Amino acid sequence: MSTTLEPTGTPVPSSAARGITGASVRPGDRVFLGLSRGAGLLILLTMASIAIFLVVKAIPALQANTANFLTSTAWFPDQSPAVFGIAALVFGTVMTSIVAMVLAVPVGIGIALFIAHYAPRRLATALGFVTDLLAAVPSIIFGMWGLQFLTPHMEGLGEWLNTYLGFIPIFTNTLGLYSKSILIAGVVLAIMILPTISAITREVFVQVPRDHIEAALALGATRWEMVRLSIFPFAKPGMISAAMLGLGRALGETIAVALILSASYDINRHITEPGGNTFAANIALRWNEAGPIGLSALVASGLVLFVITLVVNMGARAVIARRAEFSGAN
Amino acid sequence: MAKRIDVTDLDIYYGSFKAVEGATLSIEPRSVTAFIGPSGCGKSTMLRALNRMHEVIPGAYVEGKVLLDGEDLYGANVDPVNVRRTIGMVFQRPNPFPTMSIRDNVVAGLRLDGTRRKKAELDEIAERSLRGANLWDEVKDRLHRPGSGLSGGQQQRLCIARAIAVEPQVLLMDEPCSALDPISTLAIEDLIEQLKERFTIVIVTHNMQQAARVSDTTGFFNLSGIGKPGKLVEMAETDVIFSNPTQQATEDYISGRFG
Amino acid sequence: MSGITSFEGDQSTALLRMALSGRRLPRWGVPAAAVVALAAAIGLNAVTGIDGVAGTLVVAILLFVAGQTGWSFSVEGRRHALDRLATTAIYATFALALAPLIGLLATVVVKGSQVLSSSFLTTSMRSVSPRSEGGGLYHALLGTLEQVGIAALIGVPLGILTAIYLVEYAPSGSSRHLARVVSFFVDVMTGVPSVVVGLFVYTAFVLTLGMQRSGFAASIALTILMLPVVVRSTEEMLRIVPRSLREASYALGIPKWRTILKIVMPTAIAGIITGAMLAIARVAGETAPLLLTTFLSQSINPDPFTGPQSALPTFIWDQFSSGTDASVNRAWGGALVLIILVMVLYAVAKIIARFAGVKKL
Ligand SMILES: Nc1ncnc2c1ncn2[C@@H]1O[C@H](COP(=O)(O)OP(=O)(O)OP(=O)(O)O)[C@@H](O)[C@H]1O
Ligand SMILES: [Mg+2]
Repeated sequence: MSTTLEPTGTPVPSSAARGITGASVRPGDRVFLGLSRGAGLLILLTMASIAIFLVVKAIPALQANTANFLTSTAWFPDQSPAVFGIAALVFGTVMTSIVAMVLAVPVGIGIALFIAHYAPRRLATALGFVTDLLAAVPSIIFGMWGLQFLTPHMEGLGEWLNTYLGFIPIFTNTLGLYSKSILIAGVVLAIMILPTISAITREVFVQVPRDHIEAALALGATRWEMVRLSIFPFAKPGMISAAMLGLGRALGETIAVALILSASYDINRHITEPGGNTFAANIALRWNEAGPIGLSALVASGLVLFVITLVVNMGARAVIARRAEFSGAN
Repeated sequence: MAKRIDVTDLDIYYGSFKAVEGATLSIEPRSVTAFIGPSGCGKSTMLRALNRMHEVIPGAYVEGKVLLDGEDLYGANVDPVNVRRTIGMVFQRPNPFPTMSIRDNVVAGLRLDGTRRKKAELDEIAERSLRGANLWDEVKDRLHRPGSGLSGGQQQRLCIARAIAVEPQVLLMDEPCSALDPISTLAIEDLIEQLKERFTIVIVTHNMQQAARVSDTTGFFNLSGIGKPGKLVEMAETDVIFSNPTQQATEDYISGRFG
Repeated sequence: MSGITSFEGDQSTALLRMALSGRRLPRWGVPAAAVVALAAAIGLNAVTGIDGVAGTLVVAILLFVAGQTGWSFSVEGRRHALDRLATTAIYATFALALAPLIGLLATVVVKGSQVLSSSFLTTSMRSVSPRSEGGGLYHALLGTLEQVGIAALIGVPLGILTAIYLVEYAPSGSSRHLARVVSFFVDVMTGVPSVVVGLFVYTAFVLTLGMQRSGFAASIALTILMLPVVVRSTEEMLRIVPRSLREASYALGIPKWRTILKIVMPTAIAGIITGAMLAIARVAGETAPLLLTTFLSQSINPDPFTGPQSALPTFIWDQFSSGTDASVNRAWGGALVLIILVMVLYAVAKIIARFAGVKKL
């Protein structure tokens, strides 16, 4: 086995000279595999340390706390004795998210339907781009806009709700003040999570097999009947998980809410009145003035938020995963 | 420099599915061997087992022996990368690297094996390989244009040039003409005729005339039943297979009664 | 609304079902109903005093929906009335969603351009009181570029490597379970609120490891936020690269890692860059983690590792919270600069994706 002479006469190291034996894993591959697996492991490590550090650093405050962490609405962690609880934060977070979901889910699905099945092709791509742009706007800008420009326009709505629907407790307004309310924060959150919801639902709407759609139309269904007959059943799991991912974003949104709400630690059912607070906003607002126990208390509340969003997001993924199994797509 | 291949009792699996069972055959150096048989009988699988391309599919493995001049390809300290360097492959659909120029495509195997070579040397190898693949005259003025700009037949010859540039011992071809028009097919067949002087060639084809035209030996594969593994039914000199096969199934297939 | 033309697709089939004899609204029906509704709303406006353009429009839309549905119900029957109602609703949701986007962009541009000037871009807020005009955001722009730049330097390679592990190595290796776990947690990571990431960086790096609150601490938080986005988009791009290219490379005896680096990556690179830029654009506007991990500064600090360092989002937050006319105007100026930065990243990413997508075979 030596160098072979080619017809042209140039010596080329032939493969015969190299043979086929050698290490079965090459050093280059071992290094590259090690690096890329290391990166993957780093992600696991990060997730684990997020959980661990939040728990460890929450413990001092939880030990110092003399009130019930879950049911108290007060937030005086740096007093001695420390008194704080997350009840008001839970209420504010849940209420703003509910408002956001009530508005954003139907509108988001409507947008997705419009882009996927109602708008002309060319327009649809442009509109998809525009809604994606909405997702790229930083949340602090949503917050400023919500405070300075949405709030004045929302006062009329608040008054109207109080006048005509005031018999429903949440719409009652006893103060005559309509700014900085949970309702406004919810509306801004709704606008912020719209792109998330509409982008994911649009994707599943587009995946509905043409046959399903044509089968319905061939039965003489109107377009709306086709949507209910063919599109919604197929896309239901996708729509559910899109809503849940949107919810995850709404629960964790910080700056926009912190700007809009006038942070208060009480449970006020009148959502058009100023007040309310959320986990995320509370952390941002109290951070720089907090002492050691105060920081620890904020970490404890962050831990609760982390767990809530984790549950919501895992739920959304589970729904998607189940759907993938059924459709046989890979 | 061509080498012989001896396969003994080879079983080829995709996970738990056995695609080929008990294949035993020999391939002579500097000859053209054709694999024929109905779709799904395991011709491609068999071919890919010959240069350890089979195992790049997750879960795929083989049992049995494949000897290259007496050395077991599946031996314990055999590097599959070196095996593939020794036994090259041309695929059914031409697949030039889309990000590379024609010239870079041809020398890709040399440039990416880790050894440094001079530019002039690479240029020379590129020219020699392109001439070897009967493509030089058609592309010599646009060596630095993308390979994907060529016609299908030219792309396939580019892939052949790319395969022979690394100086393999054996060249495996899986239906190399099935995506091509008759003229390009003829060009490739002529090329195979020339390449056989330097390489051992194994070709999978659905085209019986092509097998008859280009090959010295023909192996007929068939399914032993639905969902059952494919088997090598019979292997002999091409003239024998086409004029006087020993098995009824072979004769039925060749005369177009099934498949 | 203009639903007429887009109806024609299913009109034919619907007509068949009605034995070709059903009665439909005339073509001019929908625009006519719209005009009548608008006129009626303006009329009502004068009578009842529902004020403002928005109020009038809402009333007009409601009148239009009621009128069109009723008319259609009496002429075409229940099914077509429902269909028209749904179509109107879907068009309306779309308009509803577009309004805030346009409003928001218009606001930012109008308010922001009032303060935008070359000195705004090139000076800092050093010894500028909140009440006085002038000052600028150079220090914040510099901070953002450094913090986001560092985050990209760490996050993009890590994300790409992880995606390579998931797509190229894990499926054929023995570690399929590990890969599934990694993949799952990448998904979970996407949903972690940014403020929680900020808390983590503070507790782990500042409290425990003794790092200062600094631009670099912010970079770590931004890295964690961009990582899952980069992984997911890179994964998607790698999966589009046809298997046949990898096989062609293996068949030439090119080792796997070189195949990945020299064949797979160059083919997918445009898509990978697009994904990375979108991830960068996403984190460039993050405020909450910065508030937790940096100290505000009014002056230029080019060193991300020591001392207070501002960034555009925290600059905006600071100026807006100061609440004076001058500072709120500066906040809007900052918002305009930030939005331009994000949109440019975004647009460039989309353009790369458009013109240099993965080349198909
Ligand atoms: N990647 C794979 N995973 C699982 N099974 C496979 C895979 N590729 C092929 N098979 C199965 O192995 C068997 C043989 O397939 P193979 O591709 O070798 O057939 P073939 O003879 O080349 O057919 P054709 O003439 O159509 O190319 C078939 O049953 C096929 O379904
Ligand atoms: Mg085949």
